[in-house]
Amino acid sequence: MTTLDSSKEIQKNNSEVNETHEDFRMFGLITFLIADGMTFAGFFAAYLTYKAVNPLPDGAIYELELPIPTLNTILLLVSSATFHKAGKALLKDKNSDSQKWLFFTAFLGIIFLICQLYEYFHLPFGLTDNLFASTFYALTGFHGLHVTLGTLMILIIAWQSRINGGRLTSQNMFPLEAVELYWHFVDGIWVILFIILYLL
Amino acid sequence: MTISIDPQKTNNESLQPKGWLRYFSFSLDHKVIGIQYLVCGFLFYLIGGTLASAIRIELASPMSDFMPRDVYNQVLTLHGTIMIFLWIVPVVNGAFGNYLIPFYVGARDMAFPRLNAVAFWLIPPSGLMLVASYFVEGAAQAGWTAYPPLSITTPQSGQIIWILSVLLLGGSSIFGGINFIATIIKLRRPGLKLMQLPMYCWAMLGTSLLVVLSTPVLAGTLILLSFDIIANTGFFNPVLGGNVVVYQHLFWFYSHPAVYIMVLPAFGLVSEILPVHARKPLFGYTTMVFSIMGIVVLGLVVWAHHMFTSGTPPWMRLFFTIATAFIAVPTGIKFFNWVATLWGGKISINSAMLFSCGFIINFVFGGITGVALAQVPFDIHVHDTYFVVAHFHYIVYGGTVFIIFSSIYHWFPKVTGKMLNEKLGILHFIITFIGFNLCFAPQHWLGLNGMPRRVAEYDPQFQFVNQISSLGALLMAISTIPFLINVFLSVRNGKDAGDNPWNALTPEWLTSSPPPVENWEGEAPLVEEPYGYGKEISEQK
Repeated sequence: MTTLDSSKEIQKNNSEVNETHEDFRMFGLITFLIADGMTFAGFFAAYLTYKAVNPLPDGAIYELELPIPTLNTILLLVSSATFHKAGKALLKDKNSDSQKWLFFTAFLGIIFLICQLYEYFHLPFGLTDNLFASTFYALTGFHGLHVTLGTLMILIIAWQSRINGGRLTSQNMFPLEAVELYWHFVDGIWVILFIILYLL
Repeated sequence: MTISIDPQKTNNESLQPKGWLRYFSFSLDHKVIGIQYLVCGFLFYLIGGTLASAIRIELASPMSDFMPRDVYNQVLTLHGTIMIFLWIVPVVNGAFGNYLIPFYVGARDMAFPRLNAVAFWLIPPSGLMLVASYFVEGAAQAGWTAYPPLSITTPQSGQIIWILSVLLLGGSSIFGGINFIATIIKLRRPGLKLMQLPMYCWAMLGTSLLVVLSTPVLAGTLILLSFDIIANTGFFNPVLGGNVVVYQHLFWFYSHPAVYIMVLPAFGLVSEILPVHARKPLFGYTTMVFSIMGIVVLGLVVWAHHMFTSGTPPWMRLFFTIATAFIAVPTGIKFFNWVATLWGGKISINSAMLFSCGFIINFVFGGITGVALAQVPFDIHVHDTYFVVAHFHYIVYGGTVFIIFSSIYHWFPKVTGKMLNEKLGILHFIITFIGFNLCFAPQHWLGLNGMPRRVAEYDPQFQFVNQISSLGALLMAISTIPFLINVFLSVRNGKDAGDNPWNALTPEWLTSSPPPVENWEGEAPLVEEPYGYGKEISEQK
């Protein structure tokens, strides 16, 4: 049986020579986002089935106003663009510009959440009023949770892109790229959600 | 972009506990994590097996005299959930996958070692939660399917803990799946082509795709179910305008692929074991790969065959019957390939081989009843009877658990460096095989004659056959004893195995037993023909 130490010695020699591998963290993240997307797909499928086969009782209130969600759609689409700007700035080593764009993106995310809450408080129905209301809150709430997490992650990488001692640099773009991909994913889900829930 | 491995970082194992203590640590070594999965899963298997014995004792008589009826429902719920989510899925994926996949792709560890450890350490707490849910007021009693309205209307605190526990286990499973996909696709040693991978890699790739695509749907469904229970919403509550059939669709969208999540890795493992002990190349490698992928694709579009009695419209019945019948084609290809692998081979009759052959026999039987169950006219008659119980156990016990044991006999020398005792192993096989068939074969008859499942009491005319079945269960319980004795004796005093006791060609046998921390001293070997048995001899001629 080999002892731990001898194998470590050999490993150390090896690692200096040829122990490099491709960065597959992004690959893992994409796989995770596919899984996450399947959760939404399940919710959407359930919602559409309900819409098709479960008519709401007479007198159930399910009217939605369009202005706020439309504003929210624009907010998220703009935030996707500002995030992209942040990435481009970082690539050119303009860390402080990048940080500004990131804070702006997070700001848009927070405005989105505030608008969403405003909409919740002014809707004429509550979570348990009828089936449509329940699915509405479940879908938008689950998406809102994603936006909340995304905003927190943007704030974290904005902090990491500080000029002195931040680990986010043009040499280490992965945190930014990962959060950016996640943010685009959340935006894309919102667009689908907006179409299915508000427009259909 | 490339990442260079910093020796300072990778060598911090020296800070981690050594010896048996490392099995209780947050170890990043894929081999340690594999063993953690296996031992943890086996402990839950013993719990689930005890519950199964309780069920069979109850069913030895037609009245509910051993335990009250609600306790019976709780016991069968816990038995199903533990066996599926804490024994079969973690062991056949997590344990063997973690141990073998890095060897097979020629890597030193999994793609995301930290995520891997997190995935494992989600299991013990959620398992304990699941067991604890039995002891709270109102334990879960809606079966492992947790169908509403039963799961909503029965006492709820246990059901909520059950849901949380299954959600955590699902998360663990998804993390594992992501890790396997990344490892197999991205971490292959340079020069190793996809079509040179051992079959278990393909099986795990297919399984992980199913895990990643279907488990999140179960998670979403259970979140909605917990809303129904906690927040009084009506997603699945017809009284509040909801729809129970939507739950069934979403649930089976996960849980039918879950059957393949449980059985595809076993297909992979048996494809590793048979060629070694028959000294022949695996028959039909390419067809094996395509049939695995065929099962993955078809497995995603057959779920409603569990719901033929749920008011499914005729077109749905037609579609899902045909799709399910199609699955028999790739499965049949695999079955014939295994038989052809054995054909004319130099077969050694040892425990690993016996369990694998037991698998083939049981699995083909379970497969035939599966095709029968896919036919609507037949299914409507035997739906929710013991016929379904028998079919399911022929797949997951006669299929997967047999392969788990076979794999333990096959890889024990690699993991510990000691051989298991063959006599005890063969005794284990004989008792298990007889016990299993005695327990479950009569249940087909019970189901055809209309004995419903999940009920503590039954018509007295079924008593004799039920007692035969209970006798089989007793044998299955006894069969664990020679196995445990064997493992404990062999770990302490077993014969030294050497590095490659089976003269196998797959890469894990090309390193020492037990393997060193980073799998190989020096570079990982390039194994282009993992099944090239018999070739050296024919070349010499």
